[in-house]
Amino acid sequence: MSPILRSPMVSRPPHLWAKAVEKAYMKGEHKVPVLRGVDISVGRGEFLSIVGQSGSGKSTLMHLLGLLDQPDQGEVWLDGNRIDQLPVATRDELRNNVFGFVFQFYHLLPELNLLENVLSPLMIRYSMLEYWRKKRELQERGKEIIEKVGLSHRLRHRPSELSGGEMQRAAIARALAAQPTVLLADEPTGNLDSRTGGEIMSVLHKLNETESLTIIMVTHDDVIASQAERIVRLSEGRIQSLEEAAA
Amino acid sequence: MYKFLLACRYLRTRFIALASIISVTLGVATMIVVNSVMSGFSSQMRERIHATLGDVMVEATSMDGTTDPVELLESVERLAGNYIEAVTPTVEIYGMMSFRWMGQDIYRLVTLVGIVPDTKNKVSPLAQYLLSRQRIVEDNVVIREPLRDINDPLDWSMTEEARQARIDWVKSQQLEDLERRYRNAEASFAALPVNTAAGQSSANAPHPDGQGVQLVGANGSSQEETLEFEDPFGSSSAIEQAPLNPEDPQPAKIFVGAGLVSFPYKDRETNKTRTMYMASPGQDVVLTTIKAGQPQPAAFRATIVDVFKSGMSEYDSNLVFCNLEELQYVRGMLSGPDPTNPHKDLNWKDGAITTLQIKLKNFDDAPEVVRRLSQGLGGYKYQVRTWEQKQGPLLEAVAVESAILNVLLFLIITVAGFGILAIFYMIVVEKTRDIGILKALGASSQGIMTIFLSYGLSLGIVGSGAGVALGLLFVHYINEIEDFISTVTGHKVFDESIYYFHKIPTAVHPMMVFWVALGAIVIAVLASVLPARRAAAMHPVRALRYE
Repeated sequence: MSPILRSPMVSRPPHLWAKAVEKAYMKGEHKVPVLRGVDISVGRGEFLSIVGQSGSGKSTLMHLLGLLDQPDQGEVWLDGNRIDQLPVATRDELRNNVFGFVFQFYHLLPELNLLENVLSPLMIRYSMLEYWRKKRELQERGKEIIEKVGLSHRLRHRPSELSGGEMQRAAIARALAAQPTVLLADEPTGNLDSRTGGEIMSVLHKLNETESLTIIMVTHDDVIASQAERIVRLSEGRIQSLEEAAA
Repeated sequence: MYKFLLACRYLRTRFIALASIISVTLGVATMIVVNSVMSGFSSQMRERIHATLGDVMVEATSMDGTTDPVELLESVERLAGNYIEAVTPTVEIYGMMSFRWMGQDIYRLVTLVGIVPDTKNKVSPLAQYLLSRQRIVEDNVVIREPLRDINDPLDWSMTEEARQARIDWVKSQQLEDLERRYRNAEASFAALPVNTAAGQSSANAPHPDGQGVQLVGANGSSQEETLEFEDPFGSSSAIEQAPLNPEDPQPAKIFVGAGLVSFPYKDRETNKTRTMYMASPGQDVVLTTIKAGQPQPAAFRATIVDVFKSGMSEYDSNLVFCNLEELQYVRGMLSGPDPTNPHKDLNWKDGAITTLQIKLKNFDDAPEVVRRLSQGLGGYKYQVRTWEQKQGPLLEAVAVESAILNVLLFLIITVAGFGILAIFYMIVVEKTRDIGILKALGASSQGIMTIFLSYGLSLGIVGSGAGVALGLLFVHYINEIEDFISTVTGHKVFDESIYYFHKIPTAVHPMMVFWVALGAIVIAVLASVLPARRAAAMHPVRALRYE
């Protein structure tokens, strides 16, 4: 695959590392800075949460880390390789292979049923021919993951037929289907009641523990954030504090 | 993989897009129907033009024709004999036809064509268009079975019905003549004193009682009595008198175009268009044409032997086929060996002809034959043309018409294309967030573009496929549809008496269907390019934030 994963790790550098990233958006004619130089790093298998008020830049930081966007200044490194300046196609490939995304509003594709939604990153990864050849194997994997999030009974249901919690679990299953090393979760519980949110959190914890999946979670809820190993607090585009959360 | 799955799912779930494709479907269907009917009409028309003409025409540039047909025939045989299946000599000349109907004289401008039936039928199958060999059908009811077999050799013999009609007609004609003579006699008596003896009172002049004369006619007195009355001035007609036995046909016999002796009219009771015949086989008409070599009129009586209806109104209301020898004789192009009985033993080979109609073994050889003949026959004496060249303007007009129609109809499909574009734009906006998700999951811009392009493609395929199916079904059941519409509206959509077809002619060319379908698909894809590019260019973060 890409040269990124080939590099030997000598002094165990951080898994994913943002170095002095800055980002501003144009609002009309005015340039609105969102991130004003943020350094952040996460080790392999770590559960990090980023908290902050709305507009503090936490979502933008997550987008930069997940290569959904490019920083104006600064660098993003993955396993000792700079990734923010790679060609578009390589970044698309990295998003598909390394990162898994979970969004506040689940963002499932309404035209596809649960299994198809979960398999969609794999459909994107493989060409039609390859996909058909591996269809059985991939579907097995998809079903396995769906079982892990406890939705086996909903395999052929459309997202519109699922509850909020079920949709979020489906979104997590989709993120996992690509077998990523980093899971980026943007307010995964933001749209759920506390009990369902708790369920989602326990799923994430389980994944972090059993599969040593690196998780970066963005939230504005301190209670949720405190369940992570480490908390990065953002305010007005800068890091306010770093805390060790006792999980 | 996801691209086609999604394109497929969008196709199944976005009914608004299917609505947009209906316009493509209808456009394609219309194009197929219109093209099929037009090419059906034009091939029928070609067939009919072709049937009255030969494949290749050798026309003398002079209206008087060539005096040595035998030599001409030999040269043609020598020059292109290998390609030729049959040759027939003709004389073509303008003329006027007149006949009496309902007490008034009807005049028609005609083209007189002298033919030799036997060889003419080999060159172009005229026999099948003669009404006596056809079944007459009106409103799907057989009115009359064919009077003789369609494959009977073509000659100038009359059917039994025509012979019977002639006897009746001669009788009524004699009666009418008689009545006219009485009236003429009365009129001339009345006029006499005024003309000859001016100043005298006309009241003194003796004249037969007008009422009495009419009574004689009306009472239907015996023929002997009527023959006693002679026109005092005599008819100084140049027309040769009828043969001794009035029930025998005239020496000149004709096939007359249906349009010349009939007219369509609307039946008040049934509100249907019917055809009224003013003259029928067995009757005589007077034909006036021009003598060859000198500008003198030549008039002669001819008996209608049959009526022909080729379906080309241009021919049916213009052509009169006459026996060649008589036409040659009347025009002074030929004289018989026996001066006492000039009509006996006429042979067209001794006279002059104006045109040779040639049927080829294979029409593809026509250009070669035309080349050989026009070179070999030499000079300005003859003009050699194929039937297509002779009818060039008409055929070209049809071709131009159908080309323009195609352009217009294709514009309709293009309009449908803009409909697709608008709806696609809408769908892309609606799908903004999904596009963001797909990009977050690692889909490339090209991949997103492919989704919408293949969506457009599949819409095009579905739309034009449905259009092709609809169009072909329509063409297949066009007559049933026409019947149905006629019944529902109570108005005849396709009037047989106008077009001479019992059914709407159609001809489906597979290549035409293919190009129409392909054109529609291409337009659908082109219309989706712009929205697809827009979708591909979307920034994932902005797309995800889109509410």
